[in-house]
Amino acid sequence: MMNSKTLKLISNFWNWIFLIFILTFLEGWARIVYGSTFLLNPFVIQSVLLFTAAPLLIGIGQTFVIISGGIDLSVAFAMGLASVIFATVIKSLAPELGYIAVLIGFGATCLVMLIPGFINGTLISRLNVPPFIGTLGMYGVARGTGYLTADGMTVPVNNDFLFYLGTGKIFGIPIPVLVAIFFVIIAHYILTYTKFGQYTYALGGNRQAAIRSGINVKRHILLLYMLCAFCAGIAGMIYTARFSAGAPQAGEPLMLDAIAAVFIGGASFFGGSGKIIGTVIGALIIAVIQFGIVFIDIKPFWQFVVVGIVIIVAVIVDQSKNKLKGERTDE
Amino acid sequence: MNKVLDVKSVSKRFGGVQALDDVSIHLNEGEVLALAGDNGAGKSTLIKVVSGVYHPDDGNIIFNNENIQLDNPRFAREKGIETIYQDLALADNLNVGANIFLGREPMTTKFGVPIINREFMLSESKKVLKNLEINIPESSLEEPVGKLSGGQRQAVAIGRALYWNAKLLIMDEPTAALGVPEQRNVMDLIKKLKEQKVSIIFISHNLTDIFQASDRIVVLRRGIKAGERIISETNSDEVVKLMVQG
Repeated sequence: MMNSKTLKLISNFWNWIFLIFILTFLEGWARIVYGSTFLLNPFVIQSVLLFTAAPLLIGIGQTFVIISGGIDLSVAFAMGLASVIFATVIKSLAPELGYIAVLIGFGATCLVMLIPGFINGTLISRLNVPPFIGTLGMYGVARGTGYLTADGMTVPVNNDFLFYLGTGKIFGIPIPVLVAIFFVIIAHYILTYTKFGQYTYALGGNRQAAIRSGINVKRHILLLYMLCAFCAGIAGMIYTARFSAGAPQAGEPLMLDAIAAVFIGGASFFGGSGKIIGTVIGALIIAVIQFGIVFIDIKPFWQFVVVGIVIIVAVIVDQSKNKLKGERTDE
Repeated sequence: MNKVLDVKSVSKRFGGVQALDDVSIHLNEGEVLALAGDNGAGKSTLIKVVSGVYHPDDGNIIFNNENIQLDNPRFAREKGIETIYQDLALADNLNVGANIFLGREPMTTKFGVPIINREFMLSESKKVLKNLEINIPESSLEEPVGKLSGGQRQAVAIGRALYWNAKLLIMDEPTAALGVPEQRNVMDLIKKLKEQKVSIIFISHNLTDIFQASDRIVVLRRGIKAGERIISETNSDEVVKLMVQG
């Protein structure tokens, strides 16, 4: 029998261990079956990181919301909406504006993205709509608005600077990945070192305690959902840049991936715990699974099965954490 | 004597329930006022009005000769009103220091970036718990308070209220979760605070504690003030009668 310290370590770091396990497996597979390498192949690394960027960005906002005890189901279509708006604005401006058109598009999209966040936050904080329902409504509204804005199509854009942002590299690292890293650092700072982050944890731990210690809980919830929509907006703009087109369905497959990344990263469904670095690991695990399944050349549909199982395992680990740590639990 | 708190004709209604009906209480400097009454008498509602959690439908609150509108708990805390709630109101996922400083985190800078000063929070919480003669092992201070025992959690809640040098301290059943020796500590603490001219509103079901610690008692019954007595001029029989009669 392992002692409780070892068990505690495993339950805290199972996601790291799992990531290393699948990477080792894929590396072994590459060497034995293909006689090549997985990890040392820059193409593989870049692809996995690019796969990770968008769900990770959505996941960052989602991490805040989930720690506070809420959930935001609207992010996937908020991402699509942002993608369409970004593309539409740039397209509508004169092409010779170049990077200025991109900047205007960026500003306009950021402003528009505060609206779904503001509505979500107001519904949840002022009108006491449960997060699951309120953001489910916004899921529909954002989805419809995205398709209406794009007129049911994708919106192609032709802008060299945008193309560079989506496909260019700095020091060999794709720009979308650098953007994601930038937001990871900012989000980690906010969550770990600022009052905003502290209040987010307090809110998820005990809402009444947060209210009674004088925290403006309503305003805080509002800001959380605006932050979440903003992150989805960045993900949507990255999509537009990568594919030189805005698509209302851009984020559709990412909604569950992003939520899964947060839970695989160790956040509790009941709020009060979670970390940005956990969400990074969670998003990486999902991306590696998705890419790995293509890599070992089995039917790509297996990715849904595997990711699904990993989510369930994540929740089981979270549930049994207290028991593993030898703490009091009610049966 | 200096009147610290004067609650005038406060009423509060929740839907069809009149939780408080025209209740007035006052409190002098360094005085311990016991608030007694059966379950549902309105004790907790009354103190939540004073601590800014509920807004009264009617009546006003005068604190330090100033008519104040307590729109939220932050405002009450800024005025020097601290509350130890019956349910403790601790964020179980945060550690001792984070709970003591919740809502008022001290900041510092690291590499020019503002960050929460967790070291200060830890060292100050050690101090305040030491002053209270409350023993929480150092290794537990950085654990979430959800892992502490009932008595230790109560101690954190008390420490949080005392750290901010309250002028008025409201204690809602402060000894409910405690063992016998810790209960005695809390009663000693009330005496000590009284000497430091802190005014205290003390809610308890335990008449022995009330008679031991307080100067005056107000009895509530179904949202109305059933009576008020100087402790030295009454006895537990009379208090019980006030609580149940009518």
